[in-house]
Amino acid sequence: MPIISVRDLVVEYDGRRVLNELNLDIERGETMVLLGGSGCGKSTLLRQIIGLERPKSGSIHVNGTDITCCSKSELRKVHRSIGVAFQSAALFNSLSVEDNVALPLREHTRLAPSIIELVVWIKLAAVGLGDHGKLLPQELSGGMKKRAAVARAIALGPEILVLDEPSAGLDPIVAAELDELILLLKQTLGMTVIVVTHELPSAFRIADRIAMLYQGSFSSVGTKDQIKASRNPRVRQFLDRIPEDIAKSSAVVAHFEKYLDSAEAYQ
Amino acid sequence: MANVLESVGEKTIEHLDYVGSLNIQWWATLRAMLHSLPFVGNRYRWRTAVRQMLEIGVDAMPMVSLMSICTGFIFAMQGASELRRFGALRYVVDLVAVGFTRELGPLMTAIAVSGRSGSAFAAEIGTMKVTEEIDSLRVMALEPIEFVLAPKYLAALIAVPCLSVVANVCGILAGALFMFFSIRLMPALYLRYVFEAIDLRDVVMGLIKSVVFGTIIAQVGCLEGFRVHGGPDSVGRCTTSAVVKSTFLVIVADAIFTAIFYFTGKH
Repeated sequence: MPIISVRDLVVEYDGRRVLNELNLDIERGETMVLLGGSGCGKSTLLRQIIGLERPKSGSIHVNGTDITCCSKSELRKVHRSIGVAFQSAALFNSLSVEDNVALPLREHTRLAPSIIELVVWIKLAAVGLGDHGKLLPQELSGGMKKRAAVARAIALGPEILVLDEPSAGLDPIVAAELDELILLLKQTLGMTVIVVTHELPSAFRIADRIAMLYQGSFSSVGTKDQIKASRNPRVRQFLDRIPEDIAKSSAVVAHFEKYLDSAEAYQ
Repeated sequence: MANVLESVGEKTIEHLDYVGSLNIQWWATLRAMLHSLPFVGNRYRWRTAVRQMLEIGVDAMPMVSLMSICTGFIFAMQGASELRRFGALRYVVDLVAVGFTRELGPLMTAIAVSGRSGSAFAAEIGTMKVTEEIDSLRVMALEPIEFVLAPKYLAALIAVPCLSVVANVCGILAGALFMFFSIRLMPALYLRYVFEAIDLRDVVMGLIKSVVFGTIIAQVGCLEGFRVHGGPDSVGRCTTSAVVKSTFLVIVADAIFTAIFYFTGKH
């Protein structure tokens, strides 16, 4: 039985369809990468999977609970089994790094402060920030912030780890370090990992399976090798980095023709 | 004509919706406040509330004191210029004492706190929304109202009445200084007149108003913050809106409560 099951998911904003009848199963213990260009709906799908938004129709089962229609307390229970590291890291700026990581432990467990301190250090050490706990988030570099966010996401030992654009805005070396960290965490903690990204090297390094989104629909779902070998034109365009010919689109051509006409009229 | 009616109707619904949202948020905060109380609640939440109290109360004390001293002087001078014509200069003491305890102390404090802390609440929560910190609280199974708003509200409920008392004392002392320099009224005698002029009802009335004003400032500031969507420009707009709306609602509430106390009091 899949740990996450998305069925006929439709999401609309102000009547505009963003996700169009998506179906996806994510198996326990696998790393699923949601790949796609900007604005294709991958972050929207992620927000649906972690229960931050409710869809227009369809269902999302996480560990057997339909989070699209469950009660608040059931959703809270599901949230405790999910750790999320947001694209912006979303660390609390008024709290030190160690307080950020300690927050879910203090709120959801009855552990003694000394034990919490120890757990926090272990989590920070696991992401390579063992010596940086006392710093404030604004004193960290971009890569360190992302790692701190991962440490906070794994603080309660979740079954599912969700990472939104973990390598966005990072240099290739730091991005590669994060990829290795994700692989290491998955190997040691045995979590199901969902990663949203548009970085191809990162996706192919960490994924067990890849779901490729295009304009709100899956254009392809499969293993790394299946995606690499895919003949789907949308997948090929993305993998081979073929640009959309926006400069020759009818709207742009019409706009420039209108501009030239009006310029001639003035002369 | 239809357009005018339509726009009046639309605005009315908008304002009712706003007041409704404020009430819903207020009830949710009251329910969540138990967790912010000392001994029975979460000690980390209580610590946050204490920090907020220092920010709302102690940090604002110099500003509120100075504003009240200036207002006390102005009030005493304006009162003296008129009362002197009737040979009733002594009643400047009553004017300042009653005016400050019932009205000016709580109102001046509310205006200062609204500009200082109401805007800060809106900006803080708005920024938290933009940087996905509110989302990260939700996925950590923490209720933003309980975690962010309740400590602020508790702090405002304690700090605003305390600041009002400080404002009353400063305003009345300013009156004492004026009376000493204008008619050589000794401070001890001034204080005796003050205690003769005000009774417990005046003090309680002022404190009740302070609690209401604190509620309005915290709730409006936080609601404006939670309503932020989009980017940093939206945070700026919500901050301005928080100050404008809370000041307006404070004055409306002041008028209502003054009317209630006037019609229910002895004449």
